[in-house]
Amino acid sequence: MKLFKMRGGVHPEARKADSSERPIRILPLPPLLHVPLQQHIGAPAKPVVRVGDKVLAGQLVGVGQGHVSAPVHAPTSGTVVAIGDHPAPHPSGLSAATVTIAPDGEGRWFEYEVPADPFALAPDDIAARAGAAGIVGLGGAAFPSSVKLDASRQSGVDTLVINGGECEPYLTCDDRIMRERASEIVTGIRLIQHAVGATRALVGIEDNKPEALAAMRAAAAATDVQIRAVPAMYPMGWEKQMIHALLGREVPAEGRSADIGVLVHNVATAWAVQQAVCQGRPLVSRIVTVSGGAVVAPCNLEVPIGAPVQALFDVCGGFRTTPARLVLGGPMMGQQIARTSVPVVKGTSGVLALTQAEIGLTRPAPCIRCSTCVRACPVGLLPLEIAARVRSDDLAGAVALGLKDCIGCGSCSYVCPSGIPLVHFFNYAKGDLAAQARSKAKQETTRKLAAERSARIERIAREREEAAAARKAAKAAKEAAARAAATTEAAA
Amino acid sequence: MTTIAHSPHARAANSVSRIMATVMLALVPVTLFGFWLNGWPAVYLWTVSLAAALVGEAAALKFQRRAVKPALLDGSGVLTAWLLALSLPPWAPWWIAVVGSLFAVVIAKQVFGGLGQNVFNPAMAARVMLLISFPLEMTIWVPPMSQPGLLDSLAVTFGGGQLDAVSSASLLGHVKTEFSRGLGLEQALAGHYAPLEALWGRRSGSLGETSALLIFIGGVFLLARRTITWHAPVAMLAGVALPALLMNLVAPEHYADPVYHLLSGGVMLAAFFIVTDPVTSPNTALGQLLFGLGCGLLTYVIRTWGSYPEGVAFAVMLMNAATPLIDRNIKPRIYGRTRQGAPLMTRHAKKDAA
Ligand code: SF4
Ligand code: SF4
Repeated sequence: MKLFKMRGGVHPEARKADSSERPIRILPLPPLLHVPLQQHIGAPAKPVVRVGDKVLAGQLVGVGQGHVSAPVHAPTSGTVVAIGDHPAPHPSGLSAATVTIAPDGEGRWFEYEVPADPFALAPDDIAARAGAAGIVGLGGAAFPSSVKLDASRQSGVDTLVINGGECEPYLTCDDRIMRERASEIVTGIRLIQHAVGATRALVGIEDNKPEALAAMRAAAAATDVQIRAVPAMYPMGWEKQMIHALLGREVPAEGRSADIGVLVHNVATAWAVQQAVCQGRPLVSRIVTVSGGAVVAPCNLEVPIGAPVQALFDVCGGFRTTPARLVLGGPMMGQQIARTSVPVVKGTSGVLALTQAEIGLTRPAPCIRCSTCVRACPVGLLPLEIAARVRSDDLAGAVALGLKDCIGCGSCSYVCPSGIPLVHFFNYAKGDLAAQARSKAKQETTRKLAAERSARIERIAREREEAAAARKAAKAAKEAAARAAATTEAAA
Repeated sequence: MTTIAHSPHARAANSVSRIMATVMLALVPVTLFGFWLNGWPAVYLWTVSLAAALVGEAAALKFQRRAVKPALLDGSGVLTAWLLALSLPPWAPWWIAVVGSLFAVVIAKQVFGGLGQNVFNPAMAARVMLLISFPLEMTIWVPPMSQPGLLDSLAVTFGGGQLDAVSSASLLGHVKTEFSRGLGLEQALAGHYAPLEALWGRRSGSLGETSALLIFIGGVFLLARRTITWHAPVAMLAGVALPALLMNLVAPEHYADPVYHLLSGGVMLAAFFIVTDPVTSPNTALGQLLFGLGCGLLTYVIRTWGSYPEGVAFAVMLMNAATPLIDRNIKPRIYGRTRQGAPLMTRHAKKDAA
């Protein structure tokens, strides 16, 4: 089996063994679950419950609004105790609309109808069920899956790629789910394949997960789902990197993988699809890796959506030292959070408590133009040059060098011997770009409104003038006629 | 925990000072060999070079009101002075080392804005300056293994006036002179050049340039540690060897063979330790290949047809000047785009076009 060679990439210290050897444990229900109404890319869901309502596990509490959105369900049975703002799992620490549920501990499920043979369902029915179950990309992007399925079916994809790369250090939630729930995942993969009409399905798994590879191979043995080992390197889990490794195809810039006939989903997403379609279980929990040097006993937990991050650390024995940094997601692309009261959401693949030694902080030194960052960039950018432009406020120059193609993977910052926060510069510049685009759009609107207004004023003035002129002309004509009549009279 | 840091929340165990220290480690064998071959004057000269660089850099930083300690600790100034010392005649007087080191760290580096900002390799810039300003002191060589005692050595380095007593010629200089007297290559080389000796390094020459083998070992160490990449070194060696091979095939009585050229003068040291300088070389693999090739070709051209017997330093400086041009024109292809920067065509677009 041919694998295609990748460019760039780094080999960060994996630190996966800390958590990968313990089976998934179920997080005991915390006293309160804070379920944000927006856990996905797109419009937030609209609450459909009221404070005081009793809800069952899997019952709808928020409906998706608009084309790109996802519904939200109650993670367990209990009572809605609040609907309002709660700190969101976001670096800003700002609050967002949240439904708070007090579990009753009974865990009674809302019964959804389950098809006798899921493969007899129409393809768009599967996409609809995935959408209704609130499934979003569980690899971290949290893009609503049904939107992706619909778009792929319409544009016609031939290949389904299932991403089992899990290239972020520390994270092992996909590794564990593949080891423990391989047959459900394979069923989910076949359902997705059926839903989009892909002729083949490939699963790419990094070769540093031999147990997951073996479990998936065994589960896929009787199907045509193909399991492929890909080299362990970061960012193998970037979907375009995975497509390239498996197929040698390249997604055009500014395009999507569907443009080259490929749909990519994460392994955990495939599991969620199986749960939704075959079990009638909406997405109300996920596997989360709890790790980091400051955690006593790192492991993977199955966590109800909305559980506070603190509860996860508590189950793992708490902290051995005060963590220097708390991170949601992996260390390469994850977000720092300021407090542990924020809830786990659908896109939370890991919660990390890192020590100073792991972060490896140094004071930035000057760039020595060593081009280590150039060799590391999987996109083929010149991070040092882009950073230099950003520093001198030359945004146009940075864009010309490909700023918008940067995926923010952090490979460049990771390897830079001078400790230059390159990604920080890029994010800052991208923020500026977005602000510029917004203000430009606003200016456009203002300009258009102003132009319309002055056109209107002009029109009115012109009409008035014309009317006045017409009146004047009429008057003049009348006077002339009168004069003419007078002259004629006088002459007569 | 009030400030929010951007990802990544991890960093490779690497730093500027670690890179510099690795390069210095790679220089240790050839430096010790130089000390052994040339005796105490070489040790003094090396020490004076490093000391002058440290003092000079500290003064320059103080003058600019910049923090002295981090800049000195990164090791770049010491490395520059070390490389310069290796390229000096081992019995050169102390002030040659002082003037050279000060020029390297103050004029060629700090004036440009410090680490990372300089256009020219500081060690090579200083070497060229010394060659032009003090041609006599820079071309006086000692026979190998002439090792005066500790005190006599002090007189060599710090006393002056010892130069006439020990004059000898480097191989490149000797051959050039013999050529100008109308002698053929074979006569010129007779009794002066043995490839094996040149490889091992027991011959006259700059402090740290005579042992091709030990330099090569240091270079391989850097390659294995991934401190440098192979592109510029291989291209430089090829840039010297290919024209040498060609000319040697055409007129062997006039043009020395490639092995002679590779093993003489500063080619080996430059290939592994100078053209790999990150600051003054291009950023892409292809750029580094071009850069190395240019350094090699120019070295050969200057050696063969120029008025100086050795051309490495001039060649490197010329290519340093060309580096911004190379970097502007050679960039990696961005994922999903053509070399020109347009998005690749999609499957559907291709079908439509067909
Ligand atoms: S890795 Fe850092 S020091 Fe090296 S060129 Fe890139 S930005 Fe500069
Ligand atoms: S963060 Fe951007 S510039 Fe840096 S390596 Fe990743 S894609 Fe390249």
